[in-house]
Amino acid sequence: MVKKTGSISKALTGIQGLDEITAGGLPEGRATLVCGAAGCGKTMLAMEFLVRGASQYGDAGVFMMFEERPAEIIANVRGLGFDVDKLVAQKKIKLEYVRVERSEIEETGEYDLEGLFIRLGHAIDSVRAKRVVLDTIEALFAGLPNHGILRAELRRLFQWLKDRNVTAIITGERGENSLTRYGLEEYVADCVITLDNRVHDQISTRRLRVVKYRGSTHGTNEYPFLIGNTGISVLPVTSLTLDHQASRERVSTGIQGLDEMLGGKGVFRGSSVLVSGTAGTGKSSIAARFVEAACARGERCLLFAYEESPAQLTRNMQSIGIDVERWIKRKLLQVHSSRPTLCGLEQHLVIMHDAVRAFAPSVVAIDPISNLTLNNDPVDVRPALMRLIDFLKRKQVTTIFTSLVTTDAASREDSEVGVSSLMDTWLLVRNVESNGERNRMLFLLKSRGMAHSNRVREFLLTDQGITLADVFLGRDGILTGSARVQQQAHDRALDGLRRAGVDATAGRAAAAKGARKRATR
Amino acid sequence: MSTSSAHSRKKIRAVPPKPEWQLRLYVAGQTSKSVTALANLERICETHLSGRYVIEIIDLLVNPQLAAGDQILAVPTLVRKLPQPIKKIIGDLSNEARVLVGLDVQPLK
Repeated sequence: MVKKTGSISKALTGIQGLDEITAGGLPEGRATLVCGAAGCGKTMLAMEFLVRGASQYGDAGVFMMFEERPAEIIANVRGLGFDVDKLVAQKKIKLEYVRVERSEIEETGEYDLEGLFIRLGHAIDSVRAKRVVLDTIEALFAGLPNHGILRAELRRLFQWLKDRNVTAIITGERGENSLTRYGLEEYVADCVITLDNRVHDQISTRRLRVVKYRGSTHGTNEYPFLIGNTGISVLPVTSLTLDHQASRERVSTGIQGLDEMLGGKGVFRGSSVLVSGTAGTGKSSIAARFVEAACARGERCLLFAYEESPAQLTRNMQSIGIDVERWIKRKLLQVHSSRPTLCGLEQHLVIMHDAVRAFAPSVVAIDPISNLTLNNDPVDVRPALMRLIDFLKRKQVTTIFTSLVTTDAASREDSEVGVSSLMDTWLLVRNVESNGERNRMLFLLKSRGMAHSNRVREFLLTDQGITLADVFLGRDGILTGSARVQQQAHDRALDGLRRAGVDATAGRAAAAKGARKRATR
Repeated sequence: MSTSSAHSRKKIRAVPPKPEWQLRLYVAGQTSKSVTALANLERICETHLSGRYVIEIIDLLVNPQLAAGDQILAVPTLVRKLPQPIKKIIGDLSNEARVLVGLDVQPLK
């Protein structure tokens, strides 16, 4: 299948993300050089190009291999879920193994590589191939001593491939000072992609970059990619466009008081909500309540827990009246628990992508997002999260993130990973110490596109659930906890007394005494 | 001379029923290189292996599927099938000494 974009036509690779970066795939009828060091996924990418071509776009392909044997390659890509055996049997893919053994070959006099052309031509004809992979033709340099002839023949080969109008991928080993060890880029100049595998803080990340693409625009950044169990996924670090739909529908946060703060209706569907706060301020509880409310509406939810196992989460949420297990049993809720150090951020994101794609939830909760960023360079984190948020928005998924911040940062209204600008709604939960107790306060720092309350609320976790209480503004600032209860009781008593026509000052002492009893449980 | 034939598989000078030397020459059409290679091969064989060899010529333009079997890339390629092990000589065989080394033939003189 060919997608026409602008002046040159392109062949879709079917590889997740690569078609976006290249704006429609590889140049059709031309050769693309894929180069990188050993073990960075060149062969995988090339094979996926053929397999997807054969199975999704009806383009048969020839895989000419110079290093591995067909059986090895078939076994290697089986892990990606590719049944190459079947495609070979269906005559959609032809594997051609070329062995070059230097020790067996003696050279004398003039020759050319017509034999290679004949074999490739025969293979192309036998399946009517539209796609060709040469992996990796540089092996010839080791096998044939006369590089002069070889280079002339390679030049002829790439021209020949163009004339046959096949879309080709040529792989090449990375060289010291050039893209490839033997300078293949000199011959294949239409499109060049480099792959790379770097280890940072013991976590390796594969990256892909389109170095050159003649006649087409392309993403020029380095994009992380993963070889997962469904093939390669390239993750464009930043989406090229910002064009997701914006729903006007509102969804409840599951906390009545919070909905009231948000104009009485909750947050927009498909928006992103950040709950940041110091340890023990009840961030996870807010997220859990949000999820439960969605489940109660019959919507599917995905909860990524990076601190608690599902069992622990179930038990802990039970204590504030949230029955997680019920929704899991009804298949409305999926909990994915893992340690953030299990893999790099990119891999986590891919796991999330896959889970979201498979489960199609309408609400996703990530608790906490700050853990994911532990082992990562802040430079990597922001674009990665941006991408995740864009992905979820595009799917119209309402997302709630929690973020653990240090006390300092909380007072500076900082979200440690610096993602607050990406969020539509930002709640800050803070512990306030006064009168010998710590009380939770909730602030609504921002909520895009809706009227929202500027008031500070007190946030209560009870075995009945989560409630928000109005704080009292007293002479010495805001009153929370028992001071608030005391003030409330006082006011009530005052009201009663006023109604009864008794002098207020006489009743104050009695009311305060009663309130203190109630508040200090 | 029977060697100029363009037939794909043509055995020439199959003298004994089981010759000691079985050689196969892969060519791609009647190019000057393949003509030169065959002429050189015949001359060398007649000089050093007289009566003990058989040459099979395979034209890959006619039988492209045969290229994979002997892992042919370059043409012309001479393959020594027997005696074992298999050896390959690529090129137009213009350097007699190197051909003899490649075939592992002891020169008669």
